[in-house]
Amino acid sequence: MTGLPLLSILIALPLLAAGLLLFVDNRDGARDGLVRGVGLGASLLVFVLTLGLWAGFDPSATAAEFQFVERHAWIPAFGIDYYLGIDGISLLLIVLTGFLTPIALLTAWESVHMKVKEFVAFMLALEAAMIGVFASLDVFLFYVFWDFMLIPMYFLIGVWGYERRIYAAIKFMLYTMAGSVLMLIAIIGLSWLHYTVTGEYTFDLLKLYALEVPAHLQYWFFLAFALAFAIKVPLFPFHTWLPDAHVEAPTPGSVILAGVLLKMGTYGLIRFAFPLFPEAALYFAPLLATLAVIAIVYGALVAMVQPDMKKLVAYSSVSHMGFIVLGIAAMNVQGVQGAVYQMLAHGVATGGLFALVGMLSDRRHTRLISEFGGLKAVMPRLTAAFVIIMLASVGLPGLNGFVGEFLIMVGAFRWAPGYVVVAGLGVILSAVYMLWMFQRVFLGEITHEENRSQPDLTVREWAVIGPLCAMAIVMGVVPNVFLKPMEPAVTRLVERMERHQPMRVEGTAPPRLEVAAAPAREARE
Amino acid sequence: MLSLIPLLPFAGFLVNASMGRRLPKAASGGLASAVMVASFLVAVQQVWALAALPAGERALSQTVFTWIASGDFVIDLTFRLDPLSAVMILVITGIGSLIHIYSTAYMHEETGSEFARYFSYLNLFVFFMLLLVLGSNFLVMFVGWEGVGLCSYLLIGFYYTKKAAGDASKKAFIVNRIGDYAFILGTLLALVTFGTLDFQQIAGQVAAMPPEVTFGTFSLITLLLFIGATGKSAQIPLYTWLPDAMEGPTPVSALIHAATMVTAGVYMIGRNAVLFEAAPLTLTIVAVVGALTAIFAGTIAIAQNDIKRVLAYSTVSQLGYMFLAMGVGAFGAGIFHLFTHAFFKALLFLGSGAVIHALHHEQDIRHMGGLKAKLPVTYWTFLIGSIAIAGVPPLAGFFSKDEVLFYTFYNGHQLLWVVGVITSLLTATYMFRLVFLTFHGEYRGPQSAQGAQRAHGAHGAAAEHSGHSEHSVHDAPPAMAVVLILLAIGSAVVGFLGVPHALGGHNQFGEWLHPSFVAPAAHGMAEAASAADEASKIALERLLMAISVLVALAGIALAFGVWVRRPEIADRAAAQFPGVHRLLLNKYYVDEAYDAAVVQPIHRLSQDGLWRAMDVKVVDGAVNAAGQAVGGLSAVLRLVQTGSVRSYAASTFLGAVVILGYFLWR
Repeated sequence: MTGLPLLSILIALPLLAAGLLLFVDNRDGARDGLVRGVGLGASLLVFVLTLGLWAGFDPSATAAEFQFVERHAWIPAFGIDYYLGIDGISLLLIVLTGFLTPIALLTAWESVHMKVKEFVAFMLALEAAMIGVFASLDVFLFYVFWDFMLIPMYFLIGVWGYERRIYAAIKFMLYTMAGSVLMLIAIIGLSWLHYTVTGEYTFDLLKLYALEVPAHLQYWFFLAFALAFAIKVPLFPFHTWLPDAHVEAPTPGSVILAGVLLKMGTYGLIRFAFPLFPEAALYFAPLLATLAVIAIVYGALVAMVQPDMKKLVAYSSVSHMGFIVLGIAAMNVQGVQGAVYQMLAHGVATGGLFALVGMLSDRRHTRLISEFGGLKAVMPRLTAAFVIIMLASVGLPGLNGFVGEFLIMVGAFRWAPGYVVVAGLGVILSAVYMLWMFQRVFLGEITHEENRSQPDLTVREWAVIGPLCAMAIVMGVVPNVFLKPMEPAVTRLVERMERHQPMRVEGTAPPRLEVAAAPAREARE
Repeated sequence: MLSLIPLLPFAGFLVNASMGRRLPKAASGGLASAVMVASFLVAVQQVWALAALPAGERALSQTVFTWIASGDFVIDLTFRLDPLSAVMILVITGIGSLIHIYSTAYMHEETGSEFARYFSYLNLFVFFMLLLVLGSNFLVMFVGWEGVGLCSYLLIGFYYTKKAAGDASKKAFIVNRIGDYAFILGTLLALVTFGTLDFQQIAGQVAAMPPEVTFGTFSLITLLLFIGATGKSAQIPLYTWLPDAMEGPTPVSALIHAATMVTAGVYMIGRNAVLFEAAPLTLTIVAVVGALTAIFAGTIAIAQNDIKRVLAYSTVSQLGYMFLAMGVGAFGAGIFHLFTHAFFKALLFLGSGAVIHALHHEQDIRHMGGLKAKLPVTYWTFLIGSIAIAGVPPLAGFFSKDEVLFYTFYNGHQLLWVVGVITSLLTATYMFRLVFLTFHGEYRGPQSAQGAQRAHGAHGAAAEHSGHSEHSVHDAPPAMAVVLILLAIGSAVVGFLGVPHALGGHNQFGEWLHPSFVAPAAHGMAEAASAADEASKIALERLLMAISVLVALAGIALAFGVWVRRPEIADRAAAQFPGVHRLLLNKYYVDEAYDAAVVQPIHRLSQDGLWRAMDVKVVDGAVNAAGQAVGGLSAVLRLVQTGSVRSYAASTFLGAVVILGYFLWR
């Protein structure tokens, strides 16, 4: 391994590019091309570096848990460090971020025409924050990146969005802030607890893992963390910010929001909420799973009746993210691996869907399904791309959505089959809403004359959707390429959890939860 | 070598999908057909190699790579060729080749890019179908299972500007997904029960355990799998998509919706024969559902006027026979009927395609008639197919259907045997109604007053456009005629592969298949039956055979009497029992019932209940109310808003500490 601080470079590079852009005089928009070029170039370079990260990552089970570790004291008085490092799970999510950002920037060519400089700078800043979230091993540092992420996203929606962008941006902000404040309290509390036990302030994640948190505190800490993450996922019933945010966000914002940002929530569950508070997590797992299966069915049913394509895709995300939470709640190797895999797959498929919907709305300046129909005749290539991405989203075997979904179902079935019986309905419903939308938009006769003269995919749009389609197929055919690197990390997490029993809160535990948890333990044998 | 069989059609798909629209039609159609023939030849060679092995050891396998590995859950992409999959790959590649060749002529009106699109889908279908039958475990089978469903979706909706085609394709996919839901659950339950999804390992484990007397895990697994099969193979209650699937091009109906894909459910049961045999309760359900579907679809077929819909309901009915056979434990008989049915039903569909082609997209048999002289090749081949399906000896359908019915009776399901025999009467009747109305009597198409009037009706557009008249009617072009003749020969002779002992044969077909239906350890164990038992069995079989032949002939005579000799009888019967007629014509209103009982309520619930009430009013209402409360506060709070990020951060932190402090000191 070279001594290069690759993770720091990955965070600094987009920030640096964003900073440089601020010096470009682009008041009249004359240098839009240059600005876009710099943004794309920087994000492509980041992507190449993330691949370098992958190439240098040792996926063997005996390798160090966290690699590419960098550590510098930041605020020594409170034991806060600038502490970075990745395992297989964060590696893949960083690669996903690197993969999707240039694609999102490319979609901006058609959909963003004002304040291009600021837009690109915000996108790059967002990328830096996302990589920071995935790479942080210091809980406080994580929280800084986590909250920092909100700022560019808030402006991306609020400035470059559609008609109701202000409402959507504030709603997004309030929802997420509500969660993160509670999480901050829990983080501080956790560190304080560490201090009372060991006499040392620390936010070092690994040291906190080792801390035995008393049951009654675990209960509250877990709820605070889980709420912040559940809002981000978003898990039913904290999901109503998502449709508004998506509908109002510009296409690149939606791509990143669906592709990466939502995964912060599920990543947080895996990295923090579960391993930090194992007993509480196991105790609440049935509740999480219940909300997850509700989200799966509920999101799909509501998606079905949406007249707006973006809203439909947004609700489909609620449904798909429910699968991910279910896999995490199962907390066995297949469940968690499936969940992480589904995070990647959903990023590709839903990112692709938002990109495609964006292409249609760039052409017609509407996202209403009823404004389309018969597009296959005028844009066969866009239709073909849509079919591939749609089938990936629906979970057709051979494409990426299936692998994650099936692994999650295997994991959850081994844990508690009842959830899978409900979750499986998502398999039917996703086909219903997707195919129905597809039929109304692309099949039949052309019902609106304006659609007759619309162009098929442009070269730039090819560059957006081509890689996404290719990735959907590659991930479906050779999933082991992606499953292998994360396996040691997932196994470690599951083993860490297996040392703990679900806690009992002074006899208040409802008996139903214990019944559900008991066979779960047997199934893990 | 084994992997070459599916890879060849896949290569054809890749070429036609990527550059097909730039190729001349002859090249794209020719390529698609060539890869099929090549795949067939490889299949023959592989089956030949398989046959050279001793009976008990007939299995070839090839692991391509490890597909999914997660902890102890490891799924290899492994192909396994055994006697059962051998039969299937020969049907798929053999009949598939013929249908590709037929299609090059049938689809000639399409533009180059549509032509290439058609063949790319068709090749892709064959690829997935081969994956389905060659896969050595449930998950690889499921890849094929869903893949063929996708291709079926794409091909049913091939004429995508037609709303009916779009609706039908969507319905097919969704109804199949309902079945797939159960199939997935069955697969998962099998996985946790056996710790593996490999067919052979599961069979080995099951064979070591006693069969279930009551409803247990095996019964649940098999029942869930069977529900999956009712979707794919169009059985009650999930059969409704298949008749609508006739919106696709006719060769597609022949290949996918008659000969291959719809038989996947039957194959799946055969593949897991040991498991199903350990769950006698499920088997009984399979038999009853099969028999009910057979008779139910048979009655509908009698009243339909669209030539393809009659054949579609006939397919549903014949698939019912196959499930009946599987359900009574006569796996060999079920697969035998699958095999013969592939020939004569493909023939009948392609024959109907020739009729439709000749009449420029006319599908209503009320506007046909008298085509015997104009379409001699089509007529004679169609007649052979009809005789075969009716079960008249010595054509193929006779042997297979008879074996099914005999084992139904012999294994103690006399009531189901009665249902089967009545269905056999219906089969002969509706098929010969079709033959007589299409080919005999007077031509009733346009040129008559009735036709001119109809030209403005539903089917009018196509007819008017091409201006078809009696004179432009022409028999099948060579590529189609050759295929019809080959399939007619097949329909006439393939039954001889399974001549029963009762007729002095050795049922080679059943013997060939037998090792696939028993656990690996039990190979070579033949049931020892005493000579006396054997003699009484043969006598019974001969008696039942005579009955079903008489019934088939009676059905043909009935059709002749009603639709040739006294056409007014049919009208009078319809007038006398208007309720019954309407019920049959409207297919028992099952689609309407499903719509009212399932589709509409779910839609209303989602729209008004979940979205507009729950999401917008309850959840968002709460959020907005909270927002407004904050808004009111913020008039005061504006005083402390400094606009500095640092002070925000500080106050966030401070607030957090305060709340935390409360919890810690409380």
